[in-house]
Amino acid sequence: MAHVEVKGAKYEVDEDGFLVDPDEWNMDIASYFADVEGIAMTEAHWEVVNFLRDYFKQFNIAPMIKILVKEIGKKMGPEKGNTKYLYQLYPGGPAKQACKIAGLPKPTGCV
Amino acid sequence: MAKLPKPEELGKIDYTPPSTGWMDTPVEFKPGYFCNAAKEKNLAGLHMPNARTWSVKDEDWKLPDNWKEIIMEGLRERLEKYRSLRIFMDICVRCGACADKCHFFIGTGDPKNMPVLRAELLRSVYRKEYTTAGKILGKFAGAREMTIDVLKEWWYYFFQCTECRRCSVFCPYGIDQAEITIVGRELLNLLGLNIDWIMGPANACYHKGNHLGIEPHTFKSSIEFFLDDIKTITGIDIEPSFNRKGAEILFVTPSGDVFADPGTYTAMGYLMLFHELGLDYTWSTYASEGGNFGFFTNNELAKKLNAKIYAEAKRLGVKWILGGECGHMWRVLSQYMDTWNGPADFLEVPKSPITGTVFENARSMKMVHITEFTADLMKHNKLKLDPSRNDDVRLTWHDSCNTARGMGLLEEPRYIAKQVCNNFFEMPENTIREKTFCCGSGSGLNASENMDMRLKGGLPRANAVKYVHEKHGVNTVGNVCAIDRATLTTAIDYWSPGVRVSGLHELVANALVMKGEKTRRTNLRFEPLPGVEQVDDDQPEEE
Repeated sequence: MAHVEVKGAKYEVDEDGFLVDPDEWNMDIASYFADVEGIAMTEAHWEVVNFLRDYFKQFNIAPMIKILVKEIGKKMGPEKGNTKYLYQLYPGGPAKQACKIAGLPKPTGCV
Repeated sequence: MAKLPKPEELGKIDYTPPSTGWMDTPVEFKPGYFCNAAKEKNLAGLHMPNARTWSVKDEDWKLPDNWKEIIMEGLRERLEKYRSLRIFMDICVRCGACADKCHFFIGTGDPKNMPVLRAELLRSVYRKEYTTAGKILGKFAGAREMTIDVLKEWWYYFFQCTECRRCSVFCPYGIDQAEITIVGRELLNLLGLNIDWIMGPANACYHKGNHLGIEPHTFKSSIEFFLDDIKTITGIDIEPSFNRKGAEILFVTPSGDVFADPGTYTAMGYLMLFHELGLDYTWSTYASEGGNFGFFTNNELAKKLNAKIYAEAKRLGVKWILGGECGHMWRVLSQYMDTWNGPADFLEVPKSPITGTVFENARSMKMVHITEFTADLMKHNKLKLDPSRNDDVRLTWHDSCNTARGMGLLEEPRYIAKQVCNNFFEMPENTIREKTFCCGSGSGLNASENMDMRLKGGLPRANAVKYVHEKHGVNTVGNVCAIDRATLTTAIDYWSPGVRVSGLHELVANALVMKGEKTRRTNLRFEPLPGVEQVDDDQPEEE
């Protein structure tokens, strides 16, 4: 299994470059993933990541995209509660890029 | 994942075979054409052999020293156990009727994606070991030794077959290529050689009840989220039950329906229909998966994952089981469940509490497909429908491989579709019903790292969609499969943009006139209904 080293700490990542152990997540590794994905993180980006982290803590899975959309709309204003806004923040797709930065495993199955 | 080529590029297909014979043409592992290796934790979680960290891209797949012995013994066992396998190994006359019927061959031009040649990969080893001609004449009789290169070639091509069985429809002997792939994959699994997109969901299903690993409180919370949306659209409060003992019916659907768009709209459709009927039913957070990725691994795992459906039906004391819109789920249910985990003699023969219809076809299995149930409701005029709400939908029907070829479910979905949608157009005859083309991503191949291969496999289906899109202005492909809903969306966006994918009960719920509903202004996706111009600003916008 591959490892990445960030500020002297080693993190295990899978073949897609996702963090293997979500508990190892911290701001350093998040910033590292953001760099890899070519995302310049702003407050708006962190808002999404923080929501993903909170949801994951409670439900042990990434949220449905529509839950993310609704929650971001509630927090950031209705004009931002849409998938278009999320794709502007994360052009590679909120499910993939934002989850990777948030250290969440990728959902698998009939999806 | 490598950057995806443009459709013009990926659509260039070279059908010239290599200059060397197939046995002398080594397999080339092309990025974008194969899936990632099964992770150690997922292999170990299911007690699969040879759980270790490995990579397809490495030369060394970390196999046990006696790997060849394990494979040959595995083949011997299966030849004894499955008479069909022995027949399929012996009977093929290589007539070539199947050669150009596979979506992967059509999409790639790679001769080893011809079903006949994919089978030869295994058959050649069989000949060497089990036939006199093969033993004596070797290569001249189409026989070869089992080597590490052969093993890798098996792996590459058995995970490039979606077990869709379109080729079998054209085979004059009825050779079931899916069974050959199934056995090929079983043998590979003896060495821990699965892909993670199968092993991950199977492991999650074993430990948490469904492929996505949705835990009970999450499952319930997701359904509650749908109920909120339904309330916004219809004004109606719905209170479904979970794990309720004494319910008449247990409802089981693929977990993708409660997680991924557009399957989620189908899930909303189930909730609305059942509420309108006043159906005495329950969801289960234990049997929370209709699909079965064990079926893409081996017989034992498939049986194990399937067991919870009858077990839950028994625990809850229901009378019968209703199943949602899924593809391979129904191949497993209608052809295996009863013999694996039955007889379910604690259940009653399914009978619709609304129409009184007894589902004789499910007399033994005790589980009914939702389109059988809903078509029967419509036949008896039990639903009030306003199909004009779907007047912006110009619909075509994609028969999912497993429901069409695996259980003959051809008429019910069409009957329902035409009741709820005024504009219905069929794709060309050789691409529908039992000759339907696969989405290109079934049998657990719906990962992202193999996207080039998925899109090439999805080309024949998308091409037929494109045809009706251009000819009739079709803008929606209906289907009854969770993998289709997820993967056709990708394939059709790529090859035939402007057409979207919808589950059947999403369309049913849009047309369903419910008692006490408010004037509906949007469909389940919060898009304005035909004739309605403005939608409330605070509704989420969907892509």
